[in-house]
Amino acid sequence: MTLSSERLVLNAQLAQMLKGGVIMDVTTPEQALIAQEAGAVAVMALERVPADIRKEGGVARMSDPDMIREIKEAVSIPVMAKVRIGHFVEAQLLEALKIDYIDESEVLTPADEECHIDKTQFSIPFVCGARNLGEACRRIAEGAAMIRTKGEAGTGNVVEAVRHMRTMNREIRVLRDMPSEEVTVFCRDNGIPNEVALKVREAGRLPVVNFAAGGIATPADAALMMQLGCDGVFVGSGIFKSGDPAKRAAAIVQATTYADDPAKVLEVSAGLGEPMVGIEIPTIPEEERLAQRGW
Amino acid sequence: MRQETPVAPTIGVLDLQGGVVEHLEHLAALGIPARRVKLAKDFEGVAGLIIPGGESTTLSRLLQRDGLDREIEERFRAGLKLWGTCAGAILLAREVIGEAAFLGLMDISVQRNAFGSQLDSFNRTVDIPALHETSVPLTFIRAPKILSLGEGVSSLLQIDDYHAAAEDPKILVTVFHPELTPNLAFHRHFVRKCGIPVQDGGERSDDRWRANSWVSFAPIP
Repeated sequence: MTLSSERLVLNAQLAQMLKGGVIMDVTTPEQALIAQEAGAVAVMALERVPADIRKEGGVARMSDPDMIREIKEAVSIPVMAKVRIGHFVEAQLLEALKIDYIDESEVLTPADEECHIDKTQFSIPFVCGARNLGEACRRIAEGAAMIRTKGEAGTGNVVEAVRHMRTMNREIRVLRDMPSEEVTVFCRDNGIPNEVALKVREAGRLPVVNFAAGGIATPADAALMMQLGCDGVFVGSGIFKSGDPAKRAAAIVQATTYADDPAKVLEVSAGLGEPMVGIEIPTIPEEERLAQRGW
Repeated sequence: MRQETPVAPTIGVLDLQGGVVEHLEHLAALGIPARRVKLAKDFEGVAGLIIPGGESTTLSRLLQRDGLDREIEERFRAGLKLWGTCAGAILLAREVIGEAAFLGLMDISVQRNAFGSQLDSFNRTVDIPALHETSVPLTFIRAPKILSLGEGVSSLLQIDDYHAAAEDPKILVTVFHPELTPNLAFHRHFVRKCGIPVQDGGERSDDRWRANSWVSFAPIP
């Protein structure tokens, strides 16, 4: 499968249909139903939300296939699941399980510290995290059909997602506006595959959808990321680690759709109960920061 | 002295979630005035509304919240034409197998996600002589099937055991996504259904349209 193969286009097009939507982390069929009822466009099936992975430690792996299967049977919306960075056999298993999307995710413990999965070898679509344009373009070159910011998962702190989105946008503007003879050196310095860089220049943005992820906890966080140019939002721990998950989930869905309308975001932000407790990034030891996994 | 000119009839695209910009891109290619419809006031001057692909449960929750569903029903009774693609077709159906119907404005029975997971999504090419002289590419993404048609509803395209496109005098439904292909035949058909004149021809070849042509309607800030 090559960069512009029919299958990859079809997989990128499913992500296009998720635009303007919210993808929610769920750990049980009951949570999946709450998410669907609240208006999620997809659910991410996993055993522990990032906040718990962070707290409990240990090696985080692909979820139990039975658990993913139960969630798949419970809902009609697309189901995604995570594999470890570079763990192409976990990806083969999820493809055999026929879920809708694989997240090659830094939230799980990496299986390979050098190589990401060659996603062109699969028919199933992949979403991958990125902190900057180079990382996003490398994942696209490897066959990712969708990109998301890494943010810093499980913190309830949006600051890293904002940093990653602003970085990507800034670098896209630079690449878009530079004279053509400067492109090669820009690609070399940023580790960007040339053919993806040309697509970004032409599009003036990433050529696939780019969602926000990592630390989104409130309707205002979701609206912030949408106004920064994200195509949609992933919410991990932010919903089921909060006081009233159903209400907060519905509110984040509304805030994502009406991100440009402060009156609407205000209206849905009231009376949501306790948000998840947040963590300040500087208090997290360097080696425990998930965004640094993968390159 | 400046004359008041009537507002040109416009096609609206429901802009809550899903494949909105893809439809806007196709309407722009036809040279048809188009608008995002997000609030009740956005319906002003809209002759036809496209309910795009996306997630039908998500769209239904968003439509319900501020009564946009009732607004669509009222406008429909006053003459608004409707086109549902994929999720939009599910929302318009009178019967959805195994669950409650939503808008229920068209006498069809649909089965959601009738082909399986994303691995079962596919492209195919068909002939629809009534709509287009050459063959038409179709993209099915986690598509529903139209299982049966009621009184007054006619099939535009039957494949195997299901209908992939159907219409009655006021509504068009397609379970596939014409907005994800270079072809403009279904958009032209709907625009005409809305009483807006549009020229034949101007078909885009694959090299003038790219799968990511939508990006120009979704720029970064």
